[in-house]
Amino acid sequence: MSLTGLFLVVFLCVHLFVNLLTLVDADGSTFNTVAHFMGTNIIMSVMQWVLGAGFILHMLWATVLTLKNRAARPVKYEVSTNSDTSWSSQNMFISGATVLAFLVLHLVNYFYKIKFTELIESGQMSEFELVTSIFQPQYWYFSVIYIISFILLGLHLNHSFQSSFQTLGLNNTSWLPRLKFIGTLYAIVIAVGFSIIPIFFLMKALL
Amino acid sequence: MDLTLKIWRQASAKAKGKFESYPISNISADCSFLEMIDILNEKLVRDNIDPVAFDHDCREGICGMCSLYVNGRPHGPDDDITTCQLHMRKFKNGDTITIEPWRAGPFPVIKDLIVDRNAFDKILQDGGFISANTGSAPDANAILIPNREAEQSMDAAACIGCGACVAACKNSSAMLFVSAKISHLALLPQGKAEAAIRAKAMVAKMDELGFGGCTNTGACEAECPKDISISNIARLNREFLCAVILE
Repeated sequence: MSLTGLFLVVFLCVHLFVNLLTLVDADGSTFNTVAHFMGTNIIMSVMQWVLGAGFILHMLWATVLTLKNRAARPVKYEVSTNSDTSWSSQNMFISGATVLAFLVLHLVNYFYKIKFTELIESGQMSEFELVTSIFQPQYWYFSVIYIISFILLGLHLNHSFQSSFQTLGLNNTSWLPRLKFIGTLYAIVIAVGFSIIPIFFLMKALL
Repeated sequence: MDLTLKIWRQASAKAKGKFESYPISNISADCSFLEMIDILNEKLVRDNIDPVAFDHDCREGICGMCSLYVNGRPHGPDDDITTCQLHMRKFKNGDTITIEPWRAGPFPVIKDLIVDRNAFDKILQDGGFISANTGSAPDANAILIPNREAEQSMDAAACIGCGACVAACKNSSAMLFVSAKISHLALLPQGKAEAAIRAKAMVAKMDELGFGGCTNTGACEAECPKDISISNIARLNREFLCAVILE
């Protein structure tokens, strides 16, 4: 969980960086250049499979772990926990499953259209136009779903960052609060950073 | 104060259990939680009802015998205490208090609120010791131990093996217990020699007994009556990973 999780943490940083390029210029030429580079170079072609494997392993292990952990308490408590723990850490499987549902929608919205249709290659649409086409007022529900998913992703990440280090044994009493702080900061940057994009294009279309 | 107690009643390990409600009145706020159950039991005996079975021994917070999951928290609504150190002043007049046994597959209910915590002993038998020749006491200061390590080791050794960590954990994981036992030995020169074997053996036993996996929620640390830090779990993970990699 921790290794695949940390790999996905790095992936999200790269993804956010590329996405934020949509805000750099009005015609999206910087984003188009980088998106084209990401879609065509050999390293990214290989990494795309590694990324897919990373996601699948992360989800499989999460399912195995959750089933094992549920089985460890055959009789449930009458009163659910009142212990001082965060919602994020208690509900990782739920936030993870929601992010997975979002991922399916996200792949249909972009990955499928880029890889399995002629939309980009035929010149019908640029990568930038494809991104912005989803975040239009008539498709307001996409923006809402995306933003809610980013908040849940943020909650998922709030726990996952420090938890990964803890599982790998790279923690002690001094580093525990520091890693928790960095993890929360990272979660906020990811959730806010990704949410800015639909908000920006929605506002731009409306104003 | 007047209270309603909703208590798990189960005649034996194999019997089907259920909650029973018992009203109780005239309880002093200075009364301890276990004394309150004693008062209830005296009343139940007078009424020809089987008294509530619950674990207790020293009643001064050091033996690790008392348990009880009170209103959703092991050892009840206070921090860094065992149930015997919990006082009725933490409750309000008219409260309904739900009292449950520890819930975990490896901790089966024996009767009412008593669970079998032998699983912890089985884990200790598989590595929670050092192999040393016993004989006359060694010279003091023959083995120098830095103060920091000695303190950390003593903090881990404060674990009384009550099982609150397992009871609090949503995964019924015994990682805080095992990590405390691993840490208090691994931090000292006498325990370092067998650290790798110990980590592997105790983790294997923990898994075999059916405890869940740690997902680092921190509920164990929040409910540990001895305030054992989850940094011990990081140490256990480190010891375990190194032992497996270096094998």
